[in-house]
Amino acid sequence: MAQRTATIASSVGLHARPAALFVEAAGDTGLDVEIARPGEDPVDATSILGVMALGAKHGEEVVLTADGEGADEALDKLVALLSRDLDAE
Amino acid sequence: MAGESSETLRGIGVSGGTAHGPVVKVAPAVRPPEDEPATTDPDAALSRVKAAYEQVAVDLEARAGRSDDTAQQILKATALIARDKGLHKATGKQLVAGLGPATAVDAAVEEYAAQFEALGGYFAERVTDLRDVGSRVIAAVLGVPAPGIPDLVAPSIVLAHDLAPAETATLDAALVAGIVTEAGGRTSHTAILAAQMGIPAVVHCGGALDIAAGAMVALDGDTGQVTIDPSADFVSGMTQRRERRAAALASSAGPGRTSDDHHVALLANIGGVEDAVAAGAQDLEGVGLFRTEFVFLSATTAPTLEEQTSIYRAVFEPFGGRKVVVRTLDAGADKPLSFADLGPEENPALGRRGLRLSALHPDLLDTQLAAVAAAARVTEVDVQVMAPMVATAEEAAWFARRVREHGLPKAGVMIEVPAAALRSRQVLADVDFASLGTNDLAQYTMAADRMQGELADLLDPWQPAVLDVIAAACEGGQDTGKPIGVCGEAGGDPLLALVLVGLGVASLSMAPSKVPVVRYALGRHTLAQCKDLAALARRSRTAADARDAVRNAADQDVVEIL
Repeated sequence: MAQRTATIASSVGLHARPAALFVEAAGDTGLDVEIARPGEDPVDATSILGVMALGAKHGEEVVLTADGEGADEALDKLVALLSRDLDAE
Repeated sequence: MAGESSETLRGIGVSGGTAHGPVVKVAPAVRPPEDEPATTDPDAALSRVKAAYEQVAVDLEARAGRSDDTAQQILKATALIARDKGLHKATGKQLVAGLGPATAVDAAVEEYAAQFEALGGYFAERVTDLRDVGSRVIAAVLGVPAPGIPDLVAPSIVLAHDLAPAETATLDAALVAGIVTEAGGRTSHTAILAAQMGIPAVVHCGGALDIAAGAMVALDGDTGQVTIDPSADFVSGMTQRRERRAAALASSAGPGRTSDDHHVALLANIGGVEDAVAAGAQDLEGVGLFRTEFVFLSATTAPTLEEQTSIYRAVFEPFGGRKVVVRTLDAGADKPLSFADLGPEENPALGRRGLRLSALHPDLLDTQLAAVAAAARVTEVDVQVMAPMVATAEEAAWFARRVREHGLPKAGVMIEVPAAALRSRQVLADVDFASLGTNDLAQYTMAADRMQGELADLLDPWQPAVLDVIAAACEGGQDTGKPIGVCGEAGGDPLLALVLVGLGVASLSMAPSKVPVVRYALGRHTLAQCKDLAALARRSRTAADARDAVRNAADQDVVEIL
């Protein structure tokens, strides 16, 4: 299983447009991607409500996990996405 | 006035212009039926519910495709919610537990709504969108019309209880000729967006929801008038009146003056920082009534000196070197404070409110005055302070002393109690100015509760008895040489404003949107004419007679644009 830790760069947190873009990208991987706050239960990364309900704010860390072929590359892309201020773009 | 046979409703005009067309009603949110049968086959129910979610997502995406940029983003994000696997899963769980399909959708939506509300801030704002999706899915499950604005095919008047932000953002300005809502106010979301989009709008229009879908309606977003089933003559008259009014108002600017150059300051009534910023940008001479209740009413503990100072500073700054009259805290049993609640009272309007509450909690008043003084020192504004609900000369003197102890140069009192009006000479002796609160003054003069809608006729500020009481107050003002202003609704009625000036009122404070028409009315009359109109009103037997007499005697160019 592949795992990565990312820091939320968006100024509004993982919410609204940033959350929508992230969920879309997670869906595009075709893998079962999950996202969690460190040490907490993960949620489906393709669920906009689940992702928003994490309440991850600017500067906070989240843990991404995925299984299967191409999981490492997929997670690297998602980490890169979260490391940008998506709301400002 | 034209259209006498048609029915007329009145609301608050929040976005100028006129419009007419057929009414399209915004369907209210759909709730699951309370007696919905339990689910016996969860799998079959889930596929039915999933189909409803999908139908809603497809609808939203189709609307997104037809919308502009901002609306498109909102609608796409909302479609994502309808497709959300987590939401589908949560709904499935409720179906397995035996809830009926619509009830299960509602329960799943509320589960997420509770999480978002607990997160607060940005996240809590999404709850509206989430519930909107839930309501749409429930409607699809039940096979009833989707909530919100139906797809418009021709220019229409959109009628709603109130509009949700997502609904307003997706309005098509080409097809929405006008907006009427029963709820809302000057600063509500609907008002702001309608004004931005240039769609004429009337909010807070009582009885509007009783208008049938498809009925023809004419609305005037300047006066707040909504006319049902108007004649063709009425519609063309309304349009012409609107054009004449726009031309007339554009011709007047600057300080309020009668045609013979008697100065009457035209000021704004404001109730918060947003109001201050909006009014500060307008052509008016300052603020005649800054209601400070908003600083206190939502607080659970008394706001600190620092908190208050920064709020007052933000309110003062938009006015540069102009004047701002601050009314100190006007709370009481009907507007209770959680940190200074004296308990319920039998007659809150006659109870320990206004300055009477301040006398029982002088610490609250002292902190407020200190904050006003601190904010005044760091701004250019001519800050004046006045007390609400003053009845006697002793109260006025007590208040003025406290104001001066805080280094504030000008202290005044509200005249809302007939006792203070009749004894204005003595009440004014120790203060610098007074301001007539005509709404409460009418309530106390006529012994008619302001909260009793059925007593509206008694509360009419045109009641000759109320005008007599105002005249008595103004005599005291003239004897002492101290200015008396008006800061009630009466000041914003152009004809009544003429009467008030004739009675000796030195300034008029009103909703900022009323200033241009009052300025125009003043500029078309001499002070002597205003005095004649005042005498005419006071000689009348009834409120309606007084209004009619002044209407007939006033400059008809003014009357025509009202």
